[in-house]
Amino acid sequence: MKSIPFAALLLGTALVGTSALAETTLTIESWRNDDLPIWQEKIIPAFEKAHPDIKVVFAPSAPTEYNAALNSKLDAGTAGDLITCRPYDAALALYQKGQLADLSDMKIMSNFPDVAKSAWQTDDGKHTFCVPMASVIHGFIYNKDAFKELGIEPPKTVDEFYADLDKIKADGTYIPLDMGTHDQWEAATMGYQNIGPTYWKGEEGRKALLDGTQKLTDPDWVEPFKQLAKWSNYLGDGYKAQTYPDSQNLFTLGRAAIYPSGSWEIPVFEPQVDFEMGAFPPPVQKAGDTCYISDQPDHAMGLNAASKNKDAAMTFLNWVGSADFAQLYSNALPGFFSLNSAKIELKDPLAQEFLSWRQNCKSTIRSTYQILSRGTPNLENATWAASANVMNGTQSPEDAAAELQKDLASWYKPQQK
Amino acid sequence: MSERKPFRWHIPIFLAPAVIIYTAVMIIPLFATLDLSLYTTGDDGIHFVGLDNFRTLFGDPRWAKTFWNAFWNNVWFFLINMAVQNPIGIGLAALLSLPGLRFAALYRSAIFVPTILSFVIVGFVWKLILSPIWGIAPGMLTAIGMRHLFEPWLGQETTALITVSLISVWQFIGIPMMLIYAALLSIPEEVIEAAEVDGITGMAQFWRIKLPLILPSIGIISILTFVGNFNAFDLIYVTQGALAGPDFSTDILGTFMYRTFFGFQLQLGDPNMGATIATVMFAIILIGVCLYLFGIQRRMRRYQF
Repeated sequence: MKSIPFAALLLGTALVGTSALAETTLTIESWRNDDLPIWQEKIIPAFEKAHPDIKVVFAPSAPTEYNAALNSKLDAGTAGDLITCRPYDAALALYQKGQLADLSDMKIMSNFPDVAKSAWQTDDGKHTFCVPMASVIHGFIYNKDAFKELGIEPPKTVDEFYADLDKIKADGTYIPLDMGTHDQWEAATMGYQNIGPTYWKGEEGRKALLDGTQKLTDPDWVEPFKQLAKWSNYLGDGYKAQTYPDSQNLFTLGRAAIYPSGSWEIPVFEPQVDFEMGAFPPPVQKAGDTCYISDQPDHAMGLNAASKNKDAAMTFLNWVGSADFAQLYSNALPGFFSLNSAKIELKDPLAQEFLSWRQNCKSTIRSTYQILSRGTPNLENATWAASANVMNGTQSPEDAAAELQKDLASWYKPQQK
Repeated sequence: MSERKPFRWHIPIFLAPAVIIYTAVMIIPLFATLDLSLYTTGDDGIHFVGLDNFRTLFGDPRWAKTFWNAFWNNVWFFLINMAVQNPIGIGLAALLSLPGLRFAALYRSAIFVPTILSFVIVGFVWKLILSPIWGIAPGMLTAIGMRHLFEPWLGQETTALITVSLISVWQFIGIPMMLIYAALLSIPEEVIEAAEVDGITGMAQFWRIKLPLILPSIGIISILTFVGNFNAFDLIYVTQGALAGPDFSTDILGTFMYRTFFGFQLQLGDPNMGATIATVMFAIILIGVCLYLFGIQRRMRRYQF
C-alpha cells in the first residue's frame, strides 16, 4: 500500500514538471499587418528569449476588417489570448461586454501617464483594460531635396506655409501638397485633425466641445475647414480620385513636395525613398503662437477575458508595460512612440524630429475620438465626408460645420443646450 | 382491392442533399435575419421590439435620408445596367449569331471573360485605368487630343455612380449576350427560312421574327439584372470603399447594409439595424420579382416549335 501514494506523488511531480516545461502558445489579435515582419523578427524573439516556455503568435487581420472580425471572433469564442486595442470607444465596448479583462491592478500601469491610459479606461477613469503601447503624431512630411532645390524653408506660420506652396506651384516640378479626397480619410485625419488643434487650441477646445460650451459652428472649428478649402488649390491634378496609396506613392516617388500626414508613415516610407525626408509641425497662425500637435494614442494591448492562458498572457502584458519593451518597440517601429514615461532613445532622426515637438507644442488627441463618436450619426465618419466635401468644393466650410453640429446635437446631450 | 402504390422512397432520398444544404445555407439564415430585425440590443441585453427598427429606418429623418439616398442610387444603378447592358448584350448576340461571321468564338470568349473575373480584380483594374495619376485613360485621351475631357470620374459626385454602373455593365455584358445568343441559336431554321420565303430579311427579320421569339429570355435577363443590382455590394466596396464616396453618392443598399451591420471605423456595428436593412432589401427584391412573374411573365406569349 505504501507504494501507491509514492507513485501518486511521483506522478504529481511529473505532471507539474511537464506543465512547467510544456509550451503555452499565445495568439495576438491585431490590425497592424504592416508590422508582421517586425513582430516575427524582433519583438517576439526578444520575449521568447526571456520566456522560453511561452510561444507567441502574431496574427493580424486587415485594418479595415479588424473591428468586425474581432467582434465576431470574441462572440464566437475563437479570438486570441491578447487583443490589440483600438483607442477609446471600440475597446471600451469590448470591456463593457466583459470580453476584455480588467487590468487596473497591474503594477506596470504606473509606468504610464494618465493621459496615455485615458484612451483605454472607463469614463470615470477607475478601470483600465489595456496596456498602452504607442501613439502617433500628426504633422507634415516634406521632401528635403525639393525644398533645397527651390530654396525654401519649412514654414513656421500659416503665411509662410502658403508662401512655400505658391513657390512650389510656380516652379511646377512638384505637386505642392500631396493629398487626395477619394478615400475621405485623408481629408479628415491628415487635414482637419492635423491642423485643427492649432485653431481650437488643442485640449482646451476639445474639452469645451465635450462639455457643450463650444460648438462645431464656432469660428475656431470652422477655420480648419476654410484652410482645407484653400488647400485644394495646391493639390495634384485629379485629386478627387486620388486614393491614400496614390498619395503615399506620389510622395515616395519624389513627385510631391509636402505630404500632410503623420509619424506612422516613417517605417513605411524610409525603405522606399531615395531622397531626404524632413518634417514640420502644423504651422501656427502668428509667429510666436503656441503650437498644437495631435498626439493620438493609437494602440494598446488587452487580455481576452475568455483566454485559457491567462498566466502566460499576463507575463507578456507585464513585459509590454516595461521600459525594455518601450525602447525596443519605439526603435523597431520608428514613428510609433511608446506611451511609457521611461526615457527612450530613438535612433531614427525623422522619428526623433516628430517626438521633439512634444517639448514645445501642446499635445491633444483627435477631437472626434473620445465620446463624440458614440452615437448615430457617427461624428468621425461624418467628419470624413464633410472634410472631403469641403476639399472637393461641393460644400462650403460653414455648411459642412453646420451639418456636423446638427448631426452631433441630434444625440449628444451636452450639445443640445 | 387494388394494390396501393408503394411509397416512392427514392424521391425524398434524391431530394434530401439539395434540400438539406439549401435549408442550412439559405433558408435558416434568411429567417434568422428576419428574426434579428425584430430585436434591439441595449445596455441591458437584447429585447424584442417588434417593428420598431423599421419605424426607425423609415421614420427617423437621418436613417430615412440615408436609406432613400441608397435606394434611389440603387434604382439608378439598376436603370443604367438595364438601359446599357441589356440592349448592347442583345445586339452583340445578334451580331455573333450572324452566319459567316469570322472569329465568332474569339469575340464570344473575349466579351465573356470579364464576367468570370473577381469583383476585386475588376474594381482594382478600372480604378487604375481611370486614375488621374497612373491611369491610361488620361494618356489615351491626350493621344487623340481630347485630354480636356478627362475628369477624375470616380471622385466626383456627379459622375461617380454612372462610372461605377458602367464598370458593372462592362463586367456583366457577357451574361445577356450568352443567354440571348443561346436563345437565338435555338430558333429553328424552318422559321427563318419561312420568313425569308415571305421576303422578310435583314433588320426586319430581327425585329419581326427573332425578337418576339427571344422575349422570354430578355425577361429572364431583366429579372436577373434586377436581383443582381439590388444585391450588389462588392464593386462599390472595392472601388469606392465602405463609405461609398464622394459624399455617399455611390451608396447603394448593399453598402449601406454592410456599414450598418458590421460598423465602420469608429462606428460600431449594429446587427439588428443591419438585419432590418437586409430585410427591406429582401422585400424590395421579392416585390420586384413578383411584379415581374405575375405582371409580365404570365402574359408573355410563348411559341412552341
